[in-house]
Amino acid sequence: MIRFENVVKRYARATALDGVSFQLAKGDFCFLTGHSGAGKSTVLKLLHMAERPTSGDVRVSGYSASKVRRRDVARLRRKIGYVFQDFRLLQDRSAAQNVAFALEVTGVRRSEIRPRVAKLLGQVGLAAKSGALPSQLSGGEQQRVAVARALANDPLVLLADEPTGNLDERATRGIFDLFREINAAGTAIVLATHDLELVRRAAFARVLELDQGKVVFDSAERGAA
Amino acid sequence: MHALREALAAFRRAPLLTALSAAMIGLSLLVVGLFGVASWNVSRVLDDVEARVEIVAYLRDSASPREVLELQEALAERPDVAEVFYITREQALESARRDMAEFDSIFSSLDSNPLPASMEIRMVSAYRDADGVRAVAAAASESPIVEDVRFGADWLDKVFLLRKVAGAASVVLGITFGLVAALIIGAAVRISIFARREEIEIMHLVGAADRFIRGPFLLEGLFTGILGGAAALGGTYFVYRVLSGRVVQLAWMPPEWVALGLVAGALLGMMASAIAVRRYLRTA
Repeated sequence: MIRFENVVKRYARATALDGVSFQLAKGDFCFLTGHSGAGKSTVLKLLHMAERPTSGDVRVSGYSASKVRRRDVARLRRKIGYVFQDFRLLQDRSAAQNVAFALEVTGVRRSEIRPRVAKLLGQVGLAAKSGALPSQLSGGEQQRVAVARALANDPLVLLADEPTGNLDERATRGIFDLFREINAAGTAIVLATHDLELVRRAAFARVLELDQGKVVFDSAERGAA
Repeated sequence: MHALREALAAFRRAPLLTALSAAMIGLSLLVVGLFGVASWNVSRVLDDVEARVEIVAYLRDSASPREVLELQEALAERPDVAEVFYITREQALESARRDMAEFDSIFSSLDSNPLPASMEIRMVSAYRDADGVRAVAAAASESPIVEDVRFGADWLDKVFLLRKVAGAASVVLGITFGLVAALIIGAAVRISIFARREEIEIMHLVGAADRFIRGPFLLEGLFTGILGGAAALGGTYFVYRVLSGRVVQLAWMPPEWVALGLVAGALLGMMASAIAVRRYLRTA
């Protein structure tokens, strides 16, 4: 479902990725670890096709970064949920409106939106706070709203860029458990983090460690060897 | 439908920003509107002056009625001539007495009528320029029964020069004001897009199609343009009412101009939005 083939990504002043290759299947749970600047966020941006590789190819759900058209990128993104460290919620809209927004702008019928939003907020444990504005929610709750929004269009894969970076220990555990539930339901997860404690807790997951744009550790290869 | 809902919601969410954008568009179109009233009035005054341009051919006393009729017909047949009036010597005297009542005693002491008969020639407006008037005057003076032709040559040249200068100034200033209005509208839309950049970013994130992102902004630009256009129209009318009668007698613009202004405001708003969004989508 996801395939990186010898991907190189260069910016004007630096090389972010230098010959990265890996594959992920449907339902995989993968940690991307490494120091700041190791290339984790670049991998996520390439998966989301917000960036194109300088050389090599990125394939996601049948779309190749070297051939994909702008219109297809929008279509592909509906199959990819994205969660950020800073939540990126619209501050002037309630939790329910933030989730509904993702459905509205992808052309889902109005009559379908309300029940789907209720179901999504229930799934992340926020049914009771659907009317609250982001400013009235804790960090952990805001991240749950962001996760509900990312799940709105039933994605095949959920990308998360340091999703627990702004959360305390308890909220981190809650969000991580939520990711496990989502993964158990069949959605692949790619989680970029430098929180090694989180990685240690998930022995079932695949771990890709990046350093200076290269994969320096892949738990799948070690397992195979 | 989504675009319409979102555009209206944007007005609700940021009424101040919308009001500011509409005011900016309104003010810039107000300048265009005032300029419209000014140039319409200048053009009316010039039309009026030009309509008075008249060629008078004075006839010899020896001219026979048949020769007079032939000349009148020959002149009236020309494509550049609208009307030809024959003024008899008696009519000339009568109108001189009427127009110059203070000299009535002189007129009544005359034994014979000193005034010649004449032809007053009115031109078709499309031909009413200095060269056109000269051509008709020359044609009339070729006739053997015509003694003299008058048409105020110097004055005519000045009026037509003024018309040319006013016309060129209208075009240049009109385009300049229009461009300034378009730039201001573009800036207003860009401010509104900047205020909603997070929304656009999230739309990209969740896979909204470009047309879905563009739609509300185009409608918003259209509505703001209409709103600004209406405000400019109101402002222009207000200034016109204040000035007209008190300072100078002015005429209001013809309805086609007003309609054109409103349509231009709406289109300007939408186009400025389209350009601003396009740029944003390309860089996002």
